[in-house]
Amino acid sequence: MNCRAEVLEVSVEGRQVEEAMLAVLHTVLLHRSTGKFHYKKEGTYSIGTVGTQDVDCDFIDFAYVRVSSEELDRALRKAVGEFKDALRSSGSDGMGQISLEFYQKKKSRWPFSDECIPWELWTIKVNVVNLANEQERQICREKVGEKLCEKIINIVEVMNRHEYLPKMPTQSEVDNVFDTSLKDVQPYLYKISYQITDSLGTSVTTTMRRLIKDTLAL
Amino acid sequence: MDTDLSSQDRKDLDKFIKFFALKTVQVIVQARLGEKICTRSSSSPTGSDWFNLAIKDIPEVTHEAKKALAGQLPAVGRSMCVEISLKTSEGDSMELEIWCLEMNEKCDKEIKVSYTVYNRLSLLLKSLLAITRVTPAYRLSRKQGHEYVILYRIYFGEVQLSGLGEGFQTVRVGTVGTPVGTITLSCAYRINLAFMSTRQFERTPPIMGIIIDHFVDRPYPSSSPMHPCNYRAGEDNGAVYPSVEDSQEVCTTSFSTSPPSQLSSSRLSYQPAALGVGSADMGYPVLFAGGLNAAHPHQLLGPGKEGGVPPVPSQPAHGTQADQERMCTPLDGVHYSAATPSSSEDTETVSNSSEGKSGSPHDLLETIFIRKVGAFVNKPINQVNPPDSPETESPLQGSLHSEGSSGSSTGNTHDDFVMIDFKPAFSKDDILPMDLGTFYREFQNPPQLSSLSIDIGAQSMAEDLDSLPEKLAVHEKNVKEFDAFVETLQ
Repeated sequence: MNCRAEVLEVSVEGRQVEEAMLAVLHTVLLHRSTGKFHYKKEGTYSIGTVGTQDVDCDFIDFAYVRVSSEELDRALRKAVGEFKDALRSSGSDGMGQISLEFYQKKKSRWPFSDECIPWELWTIKVNVVNLANEQERQICREKVGEKLCEKIINIVEVMNRHEYLPKMPTQSEVDNVFDTSLKDVQPYLYKISYQITDSLGTSVTTTMRRLIKDTLAL
Repeated sequence: MDTDLSSQDRKDLDKFIKFFALKTVQVIVQARLGEKICTRSSSSPTGSDWFNLAIKDIPEVTHEAKKALAGQLPAVGRSMCVEISLKTSEGDSMELEIWCLEMNEKCDKEIKVSYTVYNRLSLLLKSLLAITRVTPAYRLSRKQGHEYVILYRIYFGEVQLSGLGEGFQTVRVGTVGTPVGTITLSCAYRINLAFMSTRQFERTPPIMGIIIDHFVDRPYPSSSPMHPCNYRAGEDNGAVYPSVEDSQEVCTTSFSTSPPSQLSSSRLSYQPAALGVGSADMGYPVLFAGGLNAAHPHQLLGPGKEGGVPPVPSQPAHGTQADQERMCTPLDGVHYSAATPSSSEDTETVSNSSEGKSGSPHDLLETIFIRKVGAFVNKPINQVNPPDSPETESPLQGSLHSEGSSGSSTGNTHDDFVMIDFKPAFSKDDILPMDLGTFYREFQNPPQLSSLSIDIGAQSMAEDLDSLPEKLAVHEKNVKEFDAFVETLQ
């Protein structure tokens, strides 16, 4: 199965990274979360209700809608926070990308571990810019807001292509498709990872891989 | 076209489309109220959350939407449109957006109504929630208040885009294919807000006869009046709308799934028509229980049906209340759509005008034109509520150009503008009044401080040098004091 991959690029100021990432990730997860499943006998299930709430950004002229789930928000903030810290400590260039991957688990027989098969991958490439004065910052607030509006429209367009989605699982298989750990909503299984690009334009992971390969080749 | 669709599927589909249309209107209008919206997730399903989304139903909005639909559903050539416009305190108005729910002829016969269509409609509503926050009107609506308000109007029929000005842009929210056609939801929005930028910040009085009126005679006059997207809780508007409970049909959804191993067997868990289950496709037929019988909205399907019907609870009478209780934002003080009556009961809004006049819509609009030179009239919000007059009457245009209407505060038809003494801030009484620009220019170039001028600086330096030996002598005398002070610091 091919994994659907979408790439979005944004240029933001340092203090806007967190809000911009959260806006995009929350918009994707809004579309990829359902209410909690409640299985009943004879193979029927009912679905809980997903609430939504508006979020205003402080450093960007922008507002977005997220799922009303504090657990989900905390999880995303934690991941975005780590990405932001890594960007800050990486060096002067401030380039990196954060990825949100939706996957299904496929049970394997012993001794093999379960396979994680991605079916959708969202990558947000971030370029952090440094601004000289307040006037530039004000322009940046508006420009980034407009750019994020375009990104939301892009995301919605992809979502409404109605391409592959995992089949609705039986009760025994629900944990292979959905993240059932949250108490109020049920997103598809997802993981967030990030890469920081060093000043040479190569990602750190690529460099590490090359080093290891070179070492082993000796 | 319908022969392939079972009657139950057809009924379900019609119901889904109807409630999708109603929820679409709710999402759009609520997004233009000017407030942040917050609804809670609930792990247990309730009977009133269509499409598994917590979207509150504002009764007035539902009433207007149902009135516009008049029992019909969006179909080819018959679209449901929500028009969002802006109206200033001066009475000028401008269309900002038209949201269209349309149906085209492209059918998807294979799609499962009670499962796939339902879930895709839910996804489309989520997309609508996201898109309503990214069009320019959202930011305008968040700032509405004394200077302008946002209005909505629902109509059914042909889409009218002429009021959006030139170069409007369109964004497609999404599409859902059904066996009877493809549902499309899109938004056309104005990008030329030049009217706003020039008129909003001008402090000069409007010149009679040259007012740019964006409100033109509509080529297809519709009978649906405009409604403001704000509402004062507790305001007596003289009309009671049937709450959505009266006619709300229960949405109790229960889905069925079967393990993949049973895929090969056919017609899994097929329930008779009343339960609306399609044939096994991916092996996940859906069955609904309760409330899908259009004739008896609150009737739960009895246990006499074939087995497998889960006893899903439905709370039709409590649906709206449950929604309200779950609202994060309390109703008090939150602006919701005004319950402005649809016909001639506009005296409540008009009576709030400062002149205390009641009567025709023309009166209210005439009073809005009475403004003080040099400043906006700071009218309370309820004065700006537009009167509910039929669109065919074109009240704004009528009042702009009418001369014989009796609406001014003094009752004199010629005194449309009241001149008052102009006393802006920073002006001095004894000389000619200074405008803000002059004040700004004057104080931008203040005289230089005397101590910073070179001559005086040099003079004081010379004096300092001369007095230096005396000062040194004094300090030497007090050496012991200084030393003691330094020791206290260590």
